[in-house]
Amino acid sequence: MQYSQDGLLRAYRRMATIRQFEERLHEEIAKGEIPGFTHLYAGQEAAAVGVCEHLDNDDMIVSTHRGHGHCIAKGCDVKAMMKEIYGRRDGLCKGRGGSMHIADTSIGMLGANGIVGAGAPQAVGAAIAARAEGKGKVAIAFSGDGACNQGTTFEAMNMAAVISVPAIFVFENNHYSEHTGDKYAVATDRDIASRAKAFGMEVWRANGCDFYDTFETMAELLDHVRGSGKPAAIELDTERFYGHFEGDPQRYRAKGEVDRLREERDALKIFRAHEATDEMLDLAQLDAIDEEVTALIDAAVDEAREAEKCDPSQIEEDVYAAY
Amino acid sequence: MAVMNIREAINQTLHDAMERDPSVILLGEDVAGGAGTAGGQEAIGGIWGTSTGLIGKFGPERVIDTPISESAIIGAAAGAALAGMRPVAELMFADFIGVCGDQLINQIAKFRYMFGGKARCPVVVRLIYGAGMNSAAQHSQAFYNLLTAIPGLKVVLPTTPADAKGLMNEALHGDDPVMFFEHKALYGKKGEVPEGLHRVPFGHARMAREGGDVTIVALGRMVSFAEKVADKLAEEGIGCDVIDPRTTSPLDEEAILDSVEQTGRLVVVDESPPRCSVATDITALVAQKAFSSLDAPPECVTAPHTPIPFAPELERAYVPGPPAIEAAVRRTLDWG
Ligand SMILES: Cc1ncc(C[n+]2csc(CCOP(=O)(O)OP(=O)(O)O)c2C)c(N)n1
Ligand SMILES: [Mg+2]
Repeated sequence: MQYSQDGLLRAYRRMATIRQFEERLHEEIAKGEIPGFTHLYAGQEAAAVGVCEHLDNDDMIVSTHRGHGHCIAKGCDVKAMMKEIYGRRDGLCKGRGGSMHIADTSIGMLGANGIVGAGAPQAVGAAIAARAEGKGKVAIAFSGDGACNQGTTFEAMNMAAVISVPAIFVFENNHYSEHTGDKYAVATDRDIASRAKAFGMEVWRANGCDFYDTFETMAELLDHVRGSGKPAAIELDTERFYGHFEGDPQRYRAKGEVDRLREERDALKIFRAHEATDEMLDLAQLDAIDEEVTALIDAAVDEAREAEKCDPSQIEEDVYAAY
Repeated sequence: MAVMNIREAINQTLHDAMERDPSVILLGEDVAGGAGTAGGQEAIGGIWGTSTGLIGKFGPERVIDTPISESAIIGAAAGAALAGMRPVAELMFADFIGVCGDQLINQIAKFRYMFGGKARCPVVVRLIYGAGMNSAAQHSQAFYNLLTAIPGLKVVLPTTPADAKGLMNEALHGDDPVMFFEHKALYGKKGEVPEGLHRVPFGHARMAREGGDVTIVALGRMVSFAEKVADKLAEEGIGCDVIDPRTTSPLDEEAILDSVEQTGRLVVVDESPPRCSVATDITALVAQKAFSSLDAPPECVTAPHTPIPFAPELERAYVPGPPAIEAAVRRTLDWG
């Protein structure tokens, strides 16, 4: 596969942004600064970025409760996201949604979602719209290994296949749904892609901790979907580095599990190792990006902290009727 | 009497019930937790701590961790109940009735009546509800209003540890589906709990305060706010009756009407939005059946007609609180 330097630098920047965004949130949440429940995406960066680097603003994604990575990969404003997570008035959703409900429809990010399994049917609808527009655009539903067990996900896959629309089901298997293992909850021997295949779709599998593998596999998948107008699915084998939510004691983990994952399955390390043996990028370029990202996240947190809080007198804005 | 909180009262009642009655089973997401992981089963004990210790005692055939499949959870509970069991099914957040609405509304609510009185469907659905934890629009709703509107469902809102035990035992002894709403913010609330098979009959309100000047009917978490207001106003010589209906279906109409006939003033406090709510329902009841006793228009203190916002400042404005209740009580006194 042919990569451009610019493309690779952009992908690395997005992954590094997701990682640092989440690591910083982990610290700030521990300080008690951030309201509500937060589900961190760290560990899964290569999945969101490997998928979204193929998309532009007219392609659409629907996301999950663990949505920060999808938002950043799709191009949401990082500072506005941070303000949203802090519950500030000029957050991306005016402080009304918070971590679990970030959306920016103007760039094809149709929403993170607090209801597990709600997204897949919405991607089918977005794909109907994409088909109607006739510009070869696609709609992607991100779902976890937990969400794949929800009836809505099955209905969406079958319907997408029946009506033949360019919907793409991306299953990020991070091996846990809350505190339950995929070994227990996914009856098809932990194999999610085979379910999509059973609905008559072409399916792919990739290493969701490896940007190159995810990106290249998605390229094939997208060729197929854009060429045929039909739905497809991909299962990404990935990992989550933090708890289900911040504060989760993670008693379900094996001893030393997270240390091992951070050693062997870290998307950023894998990217760097790849570039160290490749001629495309200079590692110093990646170091420089890391520093720029740190400055961005610092500024995002500082600005979010300082930002104006929400005004209770505006609580009834954006509903159709008040009583 | 032992002192414990609501979480412990529910946990203990489930332990006792499963011990006593082999047909009682529990099912839901992560009710044991840790299935298929290195940490092993019971790594969690239920995310709310209400099912702690159950799988160790009763095993995975009776304490069933399910995949994320709310329709199948409630549907399976319905089938198990029709086949003679007494399932207790947990919806981790009451908001997820949106996912399994058919099983609740068209299935378990209907069987007994629709099948000519021959079927029994003793499902207890535990719905964890309520705002106050910045969980935003899809994890905070107080949906007892929706389910109260469905004939065939009983709807229960315990507000004390004793009632949590008594109402749960009552649910587990009846033959009808019971929607058992547990407020997240009340789990830590402590109180004395009677020993043994304590039961609280449905349709009997609890008089939380007696005062005689104004009737406050409060639902769920709102009861403790109403009590606060009543205690404050008592110092000024204003007496409030605070009525905790405990069950919204069946509703203890008599307790409410008796009180209003004495006080002539009604304030209803409800955490859900204003339209088609339990608050408007109780207000209508009083207007219809105690019209001539009223000395002031009934007041409803409710959430606004909006989804539940995330930001703390907005959520605080969303949830009815003591100041709004107090103001409403004073309006009924100042009227005319
Ligand atoms: C309908 C519904 N059921 C249950 C939940 C509670 N819940 C939130 S996230 C989650 C696990 C989701 O697992 P998975 O799809 O694998 O996503 P991951 O958390 O691993 O990203 C559960 C059970 C929910 N939010 N919505
Ligand atoms: Mg998962």
